[in-house]
Parts: sequence; structure tokens; C-alpha cells
Amino acid sequence: MIGTPIDAARPAIRLENIRKSFGSSDTKVEVLRGISARIEAGKLTYLVGESGSGKTTLISIIAGILFPDSGRVNLFGTDIYDLPGNDLVRFRLANIGFIFQQYNLLPTLTAAENAAVPLIAAGMRRTEAVQRGAAVLERLGLAAQVNRLPRQLSGGQQQRVAIARALVHEPRLVVCDEPTAALDAASGRRVMELLRDVALQPGRAVLIVTHDNRIFSLADRIIGMEDGSITHDGAGAPEEAHP
Amino acid sequence: MPWIALRMLTGDRVKYFGLIFGIAFSTLLIGQQATLFTNLMLRAASGVFAVSEADIWVMDPKAQGTDATLALPSTALQRVRGVPGVLWAVPHLREAGSVRTAEGALERVSVVGVDDATLVGLPTTIVEGARQNLFRRDAIMVDTVGFQKIFPGAVSGSGRELELNDRRALIVGRVDTNPGFTAGVIFYTRYSSALGFVPGTRNRMTFVIAKAAPGEDPDEVARRIAERTGLKARGRRDWVWDNIRFIASSTGIPFNFGITVLLGIIVGVAIVGLTFSLFIRDNIKQFGALKAIGVTNWGILKMVLTQSLWIAVIGYGLGAAFTALFIWGTSGASQFKGFFLPGEIMVGVAVLVFVMVILTGIFAVRGVLKLEPAEVFR
Repeated sequence: MIGTPIDAARPAIRLENIRKSFGSSDTKVEVLRGISARIEAGKLTYLVGESGSGKTTLISIIAGILFPDSGRVNLFGTDIYDLPGNDLVRFRLANIGFIFQQYNLLPTLTAAENAAVPLIAAGMRRTEAVQRGAAVLERLGLAAQVNRLPRQLSGGQQQRVAIARALVHEPRLVVCDEPTAALDAASGRRVMELLRDVALQPGRAVLIVTHDNRIFSLADRIIGMEDGSITHDGAGAPEEAHP
Repeated sequence: MPWIALRMLTGDRVKYFGLIFGIAFSTLLIGQQATLFTNLMLRAASGVFAVSEADIWVMDPKAQGTDATLALPSTALQRVRGVPGVLWAVPHLREAGSVRTAEGALERVSVVGVDDATLVGLPTTIVEGARQNLFRRDAIMVDTVGFQKIFPGAVSGSGRELELNDRRALIVGRVDTNPGFTAGVIFYTRYSSALGFVPGTRNRMTFVIAKAAPGEDPDEVARRIAERTGLKARGRRDWVWDNIRFIASSTGIPFNFGITVLLGIIVGVAIVGLTFSLFIRDNIKQFGALKAIGVTNWGILKMVLTQSLWIAVIGYGLGAAFTALFIWGTSGASQFKGFFLPGEIMVGVAVLVFVMVILTGIFAVRGVLKLEPAEVFR
């Protein structure tokens, strides 16, 4: 595994003066304006803000899929953007679990096979990987659906398969992008409670981008963003975001 | 990951079968046309293939093919026999004639005069009668395809009489040989009889066919004959290629077949390229998710190469099977007599199809390789 052993005293994520802009010259838009933060493991951290506030850009940079213009991103002791070539890709595979807004499940794989994708990508034998995928799905309450295709599942069930895929390889960081956006209120809350129960562990950081204020009460920490800067950081939600 | 790649591919039934159909159709089109072209070209040299005993052909210096030559003076035979390294040399006549069929219709034929003494020049496979029957007066043997053309449905030819160039000809047997490029009916007779059947000028002998002495290189002996006689002399293989080149250069056949083969490639590239591109585009989010999760560009490329190889193997296999089925199914028809499926062609088509599929796969996946993983969060 790429990265250093877990050190409880050290923050899981350390961001130093992250800057990012898109476009060039006249059309250049500065999306992140020098973000610095520390995020601990064992906590459910929300990244909230209006559309265009920079939260998706920030989570992309934290997850190692978008290079910042400047600044440092340190995950579990590793400056990820200093990693050469495919080492960053391998770091993601070993250390980060992704949950996407639209799930992005492979439509021709069963739920268990979808859940097993990170393990198969890491080189594990298919049968063993699928067994482990099925085991995670059982923990998420989908024991009866392991052999179903995504199209045979409800939105909430698909999101749980996506959660299983994000957790199956036991990553140290789980990043979620609007995990409840495509779900109704009840399903969204159930998914978030499940995520909190299953994903949250002492050595693991869970970072969720959302503007769904119905689920703010489940967060341990909420970081509010506006116009590329952090404007709120605390246990509760920003004033204007309360339901 | 190859397993995931194949599940992604085979799960989308419409595109999966569309890709296989495109490749199979392209393989069939290219393979079938290339096979027909090759066999047609080989027919240009069927007169050479039919004379298996000779390994040297001697002719007028201006000769271009077995059916495009000028006659030699009879002295040419002795001059060839006098060249060191020649084991034996015999006269060989090939001329056009016309025959009146049983229904009274005229049919163009090719008359081949073989050596009177040894019958060298007569095809080795006799399907009716015996070689020595040819020693009878006015005797001719006819090739099996030509026989059916003149006597449709007849099962036996021996004893039948014909008017060949207004002279009585007696059929004494049938031989198995592939039709020539120009004539559909071939009559074999002794050289002396052929001179009677085919009236003409003083010079009548179209070829001298010869055999190199044991230990002699036929091509070297041919070069020696040409040097000493001033005639054109070609080793068997060179003469085969001369005949093929002559037909290829004097007809539009290579161009026509070339266009069809090109169409096969274009159809294949179009169907496979478009379907592959659609398949990749439909799965772009999933590929993006895989890249975000931790699959490298090389891993994605391997997935697409696996998919390409899979459909190439199945599509090519089906296309090759259909091509073989076509050749087998038409082998009974007289116009396709002797046609076969050359292994070299199917190997060539395989290389072409695999390169085509892999390149279209790589072309289709370029978008995924350029895709930023962060796109999946947008």
C-alpha cells in the first residue's frame, strides 16, 4: 500500500494554500483561493456551499483526480501530487473510495461484481473479489440483491452498491459527491445513516460534498465554502443553511 | 480487468452483435473477393499447371501468355533439344477453334496438341477412357467442364463425334483439368492431329516444352536456351507468373476486385468504428469512474484491446467460416471449378481485420484516455 502507517496524532488530510483556476487570460476564473485545512480521521466531514463555491473542485483535488495550480495535499502523510506517474493512480486505488452522485455503476455487472471492481482492479482473483463484494453488500442490507443488475435496483439500492464499491477495499479516505441528490428524503437519510454506521472508523476519514441541508445533522464537522474560500468550519451548519 | 471489459462488451447485446456482424461481414467480403481474384488469376496459368511433366517453356520472344503467343518454326524443337542440360523437349500446340454442338450451336474451344509419342502435355487425371485412346484416328479428349458445356447432362463422352473446325473429331475420353482464363472448353489431341484440326500458316508449333536434366536448375537451363536459340524460355514458376501478370495488366480485374476489397475494409472500419465509438461514449461515465477509482490509462487501453481482440476473433472466425462455406458451396459449379481457399489469403485477411479492429478500438478510446477523472464529479 502506498502511503504511511496511520498515525492518530496526525490529520488524515492536510491542505496547504490550495489554489485552482480554470480558463486562461480573459476567461480565467479562480475557483479555489488559497484553501488550507486539516481533516481528522474517524469523523464525518461535510463540505457544503452553493453551486460554484468550489466544493467539487476541492474534493476532486483532495481525492487526487485534479491537480491544483499550487499548494500541497497531504493524505495520511503522503504529498499525493509529488507522487510520480501512475503512483498517484495506485495511491487512489489503495487508499480512496469514491461514491458518485450518479452512482456510475457498470450496467452489465451484478451488484456484487460492481462492488468488487476496486479489488479486481487491484489484481485480486475475480471469485474472491466478488465474494468480498457480496459480503459488504450483506452488511449494507442487500444480501438478496447481490446478483441483480443495477437496472433491477432502486435508486437507494444502487447508491448502497456504490457505497459497497467505495468500502470493499477498506480505503482510508472515502469521498462522496452529493450522495443523496438523486434520492428522496427518506432514502437519502437512510443512506447517510448507513454510510455513517459502516464507513466511519477510527482510521478512516469520510468527506462528503453536499448541499442537502436535510442531512446536516448527521455531520461531525461542516466546512462551508463560498466563492473559493472557507467561510465556515464547525460542528454545526452555517446559519443560512439550516433547514 | 479483462473480465470486466468483456462483461461490459457482451452485456450490451445490440452493439456486441453489431460489432461481430460488422467484422464478419467485412471478413466475408474481403476474403471471398480476394479468393475469387486469386483463383481467377491462377486460371490465367491453368495451361501451365496442366502440363505437370515440363519444367521449361520455350516460345516466341514476344509471347505474353499461353493464349497470347506467336507460332514457332518447327526447327525450334531441334535447337532446344541441342541445348546442354535439356533432358527432353517436345512440341506443344495451343490454338483456338470452334466446335458445333449436338444442338447445332457453335462453341469456341481451345485445342491443345500434345506430343505424339509420349502424350506429354495431356493432363494426368483421366476420368473417362485411357491415355492410349488418343492414338486413334481423329481422337480427342475433352475436359470435364467443357464436356458438360457441349453435352449438358451427359454422363459419358466416349464414342461421340463432333465437328471441330469442320473436321470430324471423335471423343475418346475425358480429362480433369481446370478451365483456362479465356476458353471454357479444352480439347486435347495428338500434335499431328492438332495440325489437321487447326489449319494455319507454315509455322504452327506454339511452344516447345522441355525438362531439365537431373541435377540441372530449370531456370538456368531456360536462361541457356534463351541465350542459344534467341527464343523466350521460362522456368515453370516464372511462366506461371508471366501468365498471371499478363492477365492482370491487360484486364480491369485487379482494379475491380481491389475496389470491392477496399469497400470491405471501409464497411468494416465504418461499422466497427462507429459502433465502438458509440459503445465507448455510452460508457464514458463508467470509464471515468474506473479512472477515478484507480485504473490507469494503460489499464483502460488493455480493456479496450481485450474487447477489440474478442470481437475480432469471433467476427473473423464467423467471416472466415462463411467464406469457406461459400467456396465449398460453389465448388460444384463449373464456373468455379478448381477454386480453393488459399490459407495465405485467410492469414492476410486475419492480419488486416485484427489491425483494423484494434486501430478502430484505439481510435474510439482516445476520448477516455484524455478524460480527466475529475469529470465524473461534474
